Amino acid sequence: MSEPAATLLQVDHLTMRFGGITAISDLSFAAKRGDITAIIGPNGAGKTTVFNCLTGFYQPTVGRLELTHETGKRFLLERMPDFRIARDAHVVRTFQNIRLFAGMSVLENLVVAQHIALTRASGYAVAGLLHLPVYRKAERRAVEKARYWLDRMGLTASADQPAGSLPYGSQRRLEIARAMCAGPVLLCLDEPAAGLNTRETNELSDLLRDIRREHGLSILLIEHDMALVMEISDHVVVLDHGACICHGPPAKVRADPAVISAYLGTPEDEAIALTRGRS
Amino acid sequence: MAAADRQRPPFVAMLRDSALAAVVAALLAVPLLGVRLVDNASGLTLDRRLPLVLYAAAAVFAGRLLLSLAGRYLAPSLRGMTASLPGMPRNSLVIFGWVLVAAALLLPWMPFAERNLIDKLTLILIYVMLGWGLNIVVGLAGLLDLGYVAFYAIGAYAYALLSMHFGLSFWICLPLAGLIAAMFGIALGFPVLRLRGDYLAIVTLGFGEIIRVVLLNWQAVTNGPNGITGIERPTLFGLSFSRAADGPTFAGFFGIEYAPAQRVYFLYYLILALAMLTTLFAQRIRRLPTGRAWEALREDEIACRSLGMNPVTVKLSAFAIGASFAGLAGSFFATRQGFISPESFSFIESATILAIVVLGGMGSQIGIVLAAVLLVGLPEWFRDLAEYRMLVFGGAMVLIMLWRPQGLLSRREPTVLLDPKPASAEATVP
Amino acid sequence: MTIDIFLQQLVNGLTLGAFYGLIALGYTMVYGIIGMINFAHGDIYMIGAFVALIGFVVLSTIGVVSVPLAILIVLVMAMFFTACYGWAVERIAYRPLRGSPRLAPLISAIGMSIVLQNYVQIAQGARTKSLQPIVNGQYSIDVGNGAHVTVSLLQIIIIVLTVALMAGFTWVIRSTPLGRAQRATEQDATMAALLGVNVNRTISITFVIGASLAAVAGMMATLYYGVIDFYIGFIAGIKAFTAAVLGGIGSLPGAMLGGLAIGLIESFWPVFFDLAYRDVAVFGVLILVLIFRPTGLLGRPEIEKV
Repeated sequence: MSEPAATLLQVDHLTMRFGGITAISDLSFAAKRGDITAIIGPNGAGKTTVFNCLTGFYQPTVGRLELTHETGKRFLLERMPDFRIARDAHVVRTFQNIRLFAGMSVLENLVVAQHIALTRASGYAVAGLLHLPVYRKAERRAVEKARYWLDRMGLTASADQPAGSLPYGSQRRLEIARAMCAGPVLLCLDEPAAGLNTRETNELSDLLRDIRREHGLSILLIEHDMALVMEISDHVVVLDHGACICHGPPAKVRADPAVISAYLGTPEDEAIALTRGRS
Repeated sequence: MAAADRQRPPFVAMLRDSALAAVVAALLAVPLLGVRLVDNASGLTLDRRLPLVLYAAAAVFAGRLLLSLAGRYLAPSLRGMTASLPGMPRNSLVIFGWVLVAAALLLPWMPFAERNLIDKLTLILIYVMLGWGLNIVVGLAGLLDLGYVAFYAIGAYAYALLSMHFGLSFWICLPLAGLIAAMFGIALGFPVLRLRGDYLAIVTLGFGEIIRVVLLNWQAVTNGPNGITGIERPTLFGLSFSRAADGPTFAGFFGIEYAPAQRVYFLYYLILALAMLTTLFAQRIRRLPTGRAWEALREDEIACRSLGMNPVTVKLSAFAIGASFAGLAGSFFATRQGFISPESFSFIESATILAIVVLGGMGSQIGIVLAAVLLVGLPEWFRDLAEYRMLVFGGAMVLIMLWRPQGLLSRREPTVLLDPKPASAEATVP
Repeated sequence: MTIDIFLQQLVNGLTLGAFYGLIALGYTMVYGIIGMINFAHGDIYMIGAFVALIGFVVLSTIGVVSVPLAILIVLVMAMFFTACYGWAVERIAYRPLRGSPRLAPLISAIGMSIVLQNYVQIAQGARTKSLQPIVNGQYSIDVGNGAHVTVSLLQIIIIVLTVALMAGFTWVIRSTPLGRAQRATEQDATMAALLGVNVNRTISITFVIGASLAAVAGMMATLYYGVIDFYIGFIAGIKAFTAAVLGGIGSLPGAMLGGLAIGLIESFWPVFFDLAYRDVAVFGVLILVLIFRPTGLLGRPEIEKV
């Protein structure tokens, strides 16, 4: 997509065991800068576990997760605690079962996401306590950034409502907006279309493409909606039983016999969607 | 006839239900209320008081029946009444808050404000301040602290010892006491704040006990159970409130007649100022990234981590700041009493403060004032009931929780609005 | 430390551990099933001790002289009445609060604890009550070099009774429909209810079992110490809860092990250090364990659900 297609994320030999169960075994793949990379696979294939390893919530048993910023700065994610991965490596994620700050307002969710920048601007609360202009300006900037994302997601009208009171589809969008406010280099979306209707899914697919283009973002996506995956991804990684059985551009994956057999054992409509794609 | 039949079942059910409750009450009362152990020369004997069992059963029967009847016939109107509490518009709460502050400022000048009343209000204000301080930890950051009294004790002893050994004045010791309490908060918090909520509760409870046991046994420093007496009383910019002192006295400086009540009034204004400092700080910081991070952490720690916040630092800041306000309140307590001993810092204090916060509605500043008046003020006025006081206190805690599990005032206001209306944007609820 | 002191403190520690273990079971069961700290549980233990004391006085008044018979009757009586209290506390103060904010039941429990303490204080007076020793008799065991270890009959009874109760109790949880219902409710109360488990009854029974175990501990405390007052529940309760956390809260063998650990720490501490700081040691150990092994000794490591 972008210039000499540099590798953003390189996963090598990732293995994750819980007690005796091996959730991921020897998984290697790469994600290019500016790409939308999808991880698909039947339920229980270990997709979310990959995310949890990438974002530091799990410590991989074996493996190397290397992220390279455009500046050339490299991060070994497997060695960093979760909050530093978000803060320093700028890998930000959403969650399969939406984790909003439900009691706080929609706008507050987006302002909290800019915590790091705002904390610095508030002089670690001192300037803020004194109500100095430097903090007031920073806060206004944060609210404007939030306003931009509220507008993008169509949530402006409910900005001051508690996040938990939003309908499901809006909560999904809000979670993406919140991740965007944190300024990600790599955005990890865990089943962003789950529970959305067809119209909402279509809107999501447009949205993801647009923000990728406008913000020079790279996206890693876990998704069950094959139509969405096939439509927007540049690269697809297929997992089954914790191992990569195929990867490549959507067209290649769709035709791969191993993928089809992995899917035909499981939910049929997914397999059918996979073979057909979206016309 | 048919209509009467249809009417009967609920009432019969209520009767049966109440009878059952009465039987249980009787069963509970038989071993503990029905007989009383009496010490005499030959050892323990028993005093039979079976009528008490009958009274208890009858009271429970009547109470249960009345409650069921009330629940059936009065519930709708009652619900309407209680529902209106959180529905109060924000502006009226702000106004109510300022009215409260004005009343608190003017009160000592009222004709009915005798010394006794001011003294009791001072006590209530200590708990209001402690409640506001603990609210930062429990209400905002969602950290369950059952040992808050430890920091209160640390503040009190810090002041007493600093003033005794180094002759430092109250005004120098006050910030020091806050700082020392905060340092203890960090020292305790650093290892334990990664623990899950309920573990944190028990560890803080244990910490509270540790501090009390140390105060009780470290004779050389704390004078053990006898406590520290003759703690320096506070001065107003060096003006003492004694009849005669080494330095200038308040009465002498202003050329007015000395009255012991002057100190009482001064202490009242002092704690009022400290409490206001606490609430203004809490409200300001709630609107800053630090405060928002506390609330976000309370809502979802995992999401916080995914956004780059270090949960340990966030929790530690809440814990330390909460502790420092307890330290300030502690040194005020020491200077007010002039005497402190470990007895004043038992678990029941932590429980009372926590109850004030939860009852107040977790995060509501005015709710905490109301709860403090209810839990500390009312029992003070019923001191005549002496031995029944704590029974009533505990019972009230249970009943109020059953009545309003979410607290008296529990509506949360956003800390930032997308398009703030100029009028309400800067208004704070004291 | 010589071998005789070691063995002596071991026996004393085991006895103490039995008390804490029995009380800790109540905490851990309730925590496991509804996820709340039953703050009033220590006071339930205190009520058990009072009912037992009153029971002994009643029996001696009506002239029951056989000691084993008296103990048996008092045991049953204390378990029954204390279980009533446990049941009533849950019914009044906790059940209506199920599903409300997390702190509400805790505050209610603290309130209940204050109520129970003051109720007993008013009903039975604030002075400590003492009972003449009922079970006398002790055995002196030669451990060589002329050193002796004294084991009282009462200590043997306490340890045997505790082991028997715990074994029986473990069987109930592992192998009866009641135990199954309990474990199901613990895992997922909604699902258990859908599958026909009477959740309310299961929770009530949990409180009843917890309270009767605490009553056993209360009776044993009455016999062992001979002195009780309305305040004994507080510190015993905190320590037993510490034991439950130490062993891994929610784990039944953990509660027993935690109780044992606390008992041993308490009995060995004065051998080396100042007795006055014994409680500090108990809580210090708790803090250390939680830092280095947050799930407790036998708690299963939790995999964070993300």
